[in-house]
Amino acid sequence: MKIAVCVKQVPDTWAEKKLKDGSGILDRESVEGVMNELDEYAVEEALKITEADGGGEVVVVSMGPERAGEAVRKALSMGADSGIHLVDDGLVGSDSVATSYALAKVLDGRGFDLIIFGSESTDARMSVVPAMVAERLGLAQLTFANKVEVAGGNVTIDRVTDNGLETITAATPAVVSVVEKINEPRYPSFKGIMAAKKKPVETLSVGDAGIDAGQVGIGAAWSKVDSFAARPPKAAGVVVQDEGNGGVAIADFLSAQKII
Amino acid sequence: MAEVLVLVEAADGAVKKVTTELLTLARTVGEPSAVWIGPGYSDAVAATLGEFGAAKVYVADGAQYVDHPVAPKAEVLAKLVADVSPAAVIIASSAEGKEIGARLAVRTNSGIITDAVGLSADLVATQSIFGGSTVVQSKVSSGTPIITIRPNSTGPEPAAGAAVRSDVSVDLSPAATLATITGRAAAAKGGRPELTEAAIVVSGGRGVGAAEGFGVIEALADALGAAVGASRAATDAGWYPHTFQVGQTGKTVSPQLYIANGISGAIQHRAGMQTSKMIVAVNKDAEAPMFELADFGVVGDLFVVLPQLTEEVNKRKG
Repeated sequence: MKIAVCVKQVPDTWAEKKLKDGSGILDRESVEGVMNELDEYAVEEALKITEADGGGEVVVVSMGPERAGEAVRKALSMGADSGIHLVDDGLVGSDSVATSYALAKVLDGRGFDLIIFGSESTDARMSVVPAMVAERLGLAQLTFANKVEVAGGNVTIDRVTDNGLETITAATPAVVSVVEKINEPRYPSFKGIMAAKKKPVETLSVGDAGIDAGQVGIGAAWSKVDSFAARPPKAAGVVVQDEGNGGVAIADFLSAQKII
Repeated sequence: MAEVLVLVEAADGAVKKVTTELLTLARTVGEPSAVWIGPGYSDAVAATLGEFGAAKVYVADGAQYVDHPVAPKAEVLAKLVADVSPAAVIIASSAEGKEIGARLAVRTNSGIITDAVGLSADLVATQSIFGGSTVVQSKVSSGTPIITIRPNSTGPEPAAGAAVRSDVSVDLSPAATLATITGRAAAAKGGRPELTEAAIVVSGGRGVGAAEGFGVIEALADALGAAVGASRAATDAGWYPHTFQVGQTGKTVSPQLYIANGISGAIQHRAGMQTSKMIVAVNKDAEAPMFELADFGVVGDLFVVLPQLTEEVNKRKG
């Protein structure tokens, strides 16, 4: 079983995120970066599948600036075997359509049985890249899994939808995305961190990966930011101490707002 | 007038409220054509779509479109995009809706904007990002604009449409049928509105203290006709099913009214509810960041305040 796990370096959840003047793309330099939290679950699930399988290979794949190498190292320190880092100034400002194109170029033809993603990145929060990569590679998509089973050349997932529960099955190879309820990601051990330093990471440029430079980056974006602004500050609300009539006070407020 | 495709979402054979909102928004852009994919198209569905202004309804009737996730619906829409060259394709910003838009974008070499909370006549989409701290205006610059819109972005307004049925049929590609939905179980409903669509959401967090504590949350929700939500702290503790989690790794809601109870207001939770039109907070801790967001807040014990509020709501309703 050969598994690719796609990870993304994102601004720390607690950091104040900003868009850049002019381009309207995310300012990634001014904030601390971390591996996207959801991707830790994807790495953990890949490791669990290969461990249960009694062997295999987990390759961590990341597209992003130099610093995204930290996310690759983190996945390696958790136990992934090797890494691929797609890094090129020509990729800056790529939107989801371009990102899926670039990732598909890197993933295609490497013989992966499964390609696993976290269900969303905590910065863009679109949850569209796994479906786009599946579309581009002509693979089955099994997304938002809270349980994954691999047996006899098939992958089966359980997931929660807006309407209830679903089970989805497909033959491998397939694209899977996982939600955070699926497992408890391991912390990298000291030994794992030391071992990660020696694991191979293949660094690819746009040219190395056979990507058409005209299809990626801010110039090629299929959608563009016209303008952006900080949300107008909200007028301070009223906060009262409950002195026995707190519930009535809320009801009065809701009545005044014509909600009840 | 330019044709605008609106993908219909339905549950139990009935058109979801979000679709009526999307039809309303689509009318500012052009003439809406609804797209129904799957079995179960009925006179009642046609009536609802017509009531909210659908001039046409494209019907792709067949189980094959819904037995496999996402891809078949994207292929039906891609055929319609090729056939009728719409001004835009508008889809609800649900998990499935966004993925259908995603595959459609790749298939038609088009741009996609997700999670819009507004849309202008010239197809500039408004998004609220970074947990609601920044408002962005974006436009698709290539191909057919594909825009997914969050529930509650606009009020549904009726406007008569003919809802003329036009059948479509698509030979699905082999890739579209690789994954198969082999099991479905409907969620226990209990009569409450769906979380992401509800006009009012009543949520509980760490301060609720135990699964039984959600009784007071549910009682208030039922008095208000609201959906119940929960913070990650509450779902991780197993007090409430994680289907109802609001926040960064859960559902994003933007109701008319959000009542946060015993929720401190960590950034992960705020990311899922900050665009609510009105926010009420109840918390023992006067320092809870949720009070900074609240239009009205009560510092107090939720087990005292909520039952009193519930009683008051029931009294005033009567």
